[in-house]
Amino acid sequence: MRITQGTFSYLPDLTDEEIKDQLQYCIDNEWSVAVEFTDDPHPRNVYWEMWGLPMFDVPDASGVMLEVAACREAYPVHYVRVSAFDAQLTRQTTALSFLVQRPPEEPGFQLDRQEGPDRTIRYTLRGYASGSPEGQRYGRGEG
Amino acid sequence: MPRPAAGGSAAPSSEDEVEQPLAEDAVLDVDEIRRESDVDAVLDRLDVELVGLLPVKTRIREIAALLLVDRMRSQFGLSSSRPALHMSFTGSPGTGKTTVALRMAELLHGLGYLRRGHLVSVTRDDLVGQYIGHTAPKTKEVLKRAMGGVLFIDEAYYLYKEDNERDYGAESVEILLQVMENQRDDLVVILAGYKDRMDAFFRSNPGMSSRIAHHIDFPDYTVDELAAIAGLIAAEHEYVLPGDTTAVLHDYLEKRMRQPRFANARSVRNAIERARLRQANRLVSEPGASVTKQQLQELTPADFLASRVFTEDSDRQSDDDTRGVC
Repeated sequence: MRITQGTFSYLPDLTDEEIKDQLQYCIDNEWSVAVEFTDDPHPRNVYWEMWGLPMFDVPDASGVMLEVAACREAYPVHYVRVSAFDAQLTRQTTALSFLVQRPPEEPGFQLDRQEGPDRTIRYTLRGYASGSPEGQRYGRGEG
Repeated sequence: MPRPAAGGSAAPSSEDEVEQPLAEDAVLDVDEIRRESDVDAVLDRLDVELVGLLPVKTRIREIAALLLVDRMRSQFGLSSSRPALHMSFTGSPGTGKTTVALRMAELLHGLGYLRRGHLVSVTRDDLVGQYIGHTAPKTKEVLKRAMGGVLFIDEAYYLYKEDNERDYGAESVEILLQVMENQRDDLVVILAGYKDRMDAFFRSNPGMSSRIAHHIDFPDYTVDELAAIAGLIAAEHEYVLPGDTTAVLHDYLEKRMRQPRFANARSVRNAIERARLRQANRLVSEPGASVTKQQLQELTPADFLASRVFTEDSDRQSDDDTRGVC
């Protein structure tokens, strides 16, 4: 199942041209763009690993695409996303965050039920992929 | 997952998305195309603001003409690939290489070949690291910032020192070569330096030489061109050179050109600056003086005649005189 985290996540995968257009929109709005990756698909996993620093001084989307391409090449079977941070005084938050790469197979989540006292049930999600250690969850890519 | 019909790949919904190519025997009016594209404004500005530099202006005209031809070709449905735009500027100091590189960025942006038209100016130190593994990230950072504009590498021959095998410049050159080839649409690289050393650099890096489409040599300025540049610089600072001053200035330039360490337009700029200082001193040091606006703007012959250029023997080469003559 395709995880639906971030903007555009219900749409089919964006092409590189569309990603470039989105990146240019972020740069035009003076947001700083950063690339992040992870292989832990849980929706509560907020802080992904950073690929380099946020790009504050890159004025064109093709420069950011170089970093995106480098991250995809280094981690071919991880989730990779791009986040744009709006530093304006009244906002100071992530303005846009969308996935640019997914692993080829996304097994999805299991609903864990835990029975408590007086037959109350507590629910959590556990990703099927999380059963394996980090780096081995989606295979090793092309090796 | 099936893609919803998006613009571009599917059939166009409105008729202005895909233009029908013209008939085989249609005829296009060049003047009209030229007017629509507005290249003349760009070229005329260049003519006015830069003095001399005929080879540069010729090359830029050719690139602008290619742009017009590409537009006409696309109207007939013919393909038009983006031309190779990497350049190499060779010439003596002060001949305008950096200035033209900056203008080139604006120009190519005005012609539509560059998306942003900003200039990133670097030398070897910005590209090459001090230890193993330092060079690649440094060069890539610079390239990222330059995308969509022009990367201007000054004194490019320092990048690759053939005789020192522990030099990390070769790594930087390799990354540059790769990006110059693969990201041709996003970036224009302009190298600059002295002609003989750039020739040696290209001989030892044939890959670099073959990727450079335009090798442009910047000739030294003539006296008349330098005088015109002096006029432009003075006007920029809102100073006036009356007739008698221009004659003295001409004389000064002729003498200064024969002396060592003459740096073309940069020396002219220094001369104007020095004349401004002398003028200021002259206006302020007379007791009980009052000045008019005209006097504040005029540079008189006395402001140039006070220079050592006139008093020193122009044939004597003083090698241990490290002070610049102004």
